[in-house]
Amino acid sequence: MDFILNFWVEFGAWVGGLLSNWGLPDWAVNLIADFLGVLILVVIGIMAVLIFTPMERKVIARMQDRPGPNRVWPYGLLQALADAIKMLTKEDIIPTHADRALHMLAPLIVAIPALLVYAVLPWGPGLIGQDLNIGVLYIVAISTIHVLAIVIAGWGSNNKYSLLGAFRVVNQLLAYEVPMVLCILTVVLFSKTMSTQGIVEAQTIPYFVTMPVVGLIFLICAMAEANRSPVDLIEADSEMVAGYMVEYSGMKFAMFFIAEYVTMFAAAIVISTLFLGGWKFFGLEDLAPVLTPVIVFAKSVFVIFCMLWFRATFPRIRFDQLVGFAWKFLVPLALVNLMLGALVVKLTENIWGQAGLMLLGNVIVIVVTFFILNRAARRMKEAPALKRIVAVER
Amino acid sequence: MSIPQVTVSHVVFVILSAIALIGALGVVTTRNLFRAALFLVLSFIGVAGFYILLEAEFLAMVQILVYVGAIAILIIFAIMLSQRLMAPGYKASNEQWLWALVAAVALFAALAFILLNVGWPTAEASVPQGTVAELGKALVDPDQYLLVFEVASVLLLAALVGAVVIARER
Repeated sequence: MDFILNFWVEFGAWVGGLLSNWGLPDWAVNLIADFLGVLILVVIGIMAVLIFTPMERKVIARMQDRPGPNRVWPYGLLQALADAIKMLTKEDIIPTHADRALHMLAPLIVAIPALLVYAVLPWGPGLIGQDLNIGVLYIVAISTIHVLAIVIAGWGSNNKYSLLGAFRVVNQLLAYEVPMVLCILTVVLFSKTMSTQGIVEAQTIPYFVTMPVVGLIFLICAMAEANRSPVDLIEADSEMVAGYMVEYSGMKFAMFFIAEYVTMFAAAIVISTLFLGGWKFFGLEDLAPVLTPVIVFAKSVFVIFCMLWFRATFPRIRFDQLVGFAWKFLVPLALVNLMLGALVVKLTENIWGQAGLMLLGNVIVIVVTFFILNRAARRMKEAPALKRIVAVER
Repeated sequence: MSIPQVTVSHVVFVILSAIALIGALGVVTTRNLFRAALFLVLSFIGVAGFYILLEAEFLAMVQILVYVGAIAILIIFAIMLSQRLMAPGYKASNEQWLWALVAAVALFAALAFILLNVGWPTAEASVPQGTVAELGKALVDPDQYLLVFEVASVLLLAALVGAVVIARER
């Protein structure tokens, strides 16, 4: 029974024991165990591409009432594999007068930050790459390197659309990082720890239920960070072809493609860890600890489904509106929630009391927000046409 | 004199030093400003590695977040916005190089003097674990750093207001 309860921890110990039975010294066992762990994490990240590209194309196709890819057996699910082979055979092009070294460097480092994030994502009790006590801060810090890779790509391509894309990256990602960090802070206020494992353990009730506003803001910011439509202005193909990756072909383009899906999956796991209770699911994690990775995966798939749903539902926003939305709407809203959270944590120590008060506060915040937005919309409607344009731009 | 034992942390220290120094050298030797900024990032990451080696994970992450994520990006943004710097044949030095040389040599002399004259005492106590909570408490403790913290906040607020005033259209 004990074996089943701690299945994954015991499994790790069993592999370790197997290795030392072969007569390997301790440091070699540790090295091989660490290497295996890293390998598994990286493979999970890369597998995300093979799993989620067919899912994205199929789901979007169904929502748009068309069949989607259906030639490659079965049901077109192996389309991603065929695409990968196609990518490998494409010609590698470096534009003339481009900064060759930087042009080659960008695809090399673009997937690294996304893969590094997997180190602190919990898949179950004790089932985590490294349980840092600064886990969420690590996620935020490592993600910023992503911006750098895209800026290098935009600069190194010697193309004005690429450079425009790089400008937009800095503008968009920095704008959306602020409300994202404020949301994480609100979560940390309640869990009293920055360790991802600790945050899951502290969630008796998933934080999305007690503070839906924070969860939604975080979801929007995560979509902007992972560069998903409708907030994918970095590569908006209708305005500037494909932004920073215009000049990339073959495997170098594939690296950006992989990085996007790895980032999306990481963002989905982070959301399910911070807001949906991570590996907890109504006590199922105590009954069958073997299933904890499946629970995390299922929650992440649900989050990704929501992202695709958004993509199919909303049109792309104009760029100045996108940045304005972050600074004028999301940041104040996230700040209000942070102050509300600080107040609630100070008022009561009881978990259920905190949850109730936070939920009440969130409902009030939603009502007040809609009231303010409604008034602004009415004012805009009553204003003469010329003023309306100005009001939209301000 | 006994031969000092080489441990893993020594090796890591040498590697990190190499990263930080190569980055720093690249900043001052490369002629391309954009590449210089990227070398600066490499140097910052090397320094973040030192913090991890010293078991100050929080500082390491803040180093990456603030220096790589914000300051380096802003520098790169400024470089990309100034078209003239992108043109080939742009001189990396200007007429103030003599004063810069004097300042750099003076700073190096001061640092070398300190480096050679401090006894580098080691504390008896072990490295505290999980320092984030204590750091947070110290920052808002009236007996410790509350005043400094608040002054820094006011400074940042003033910078924000200043940016809004400059950017505002009349």
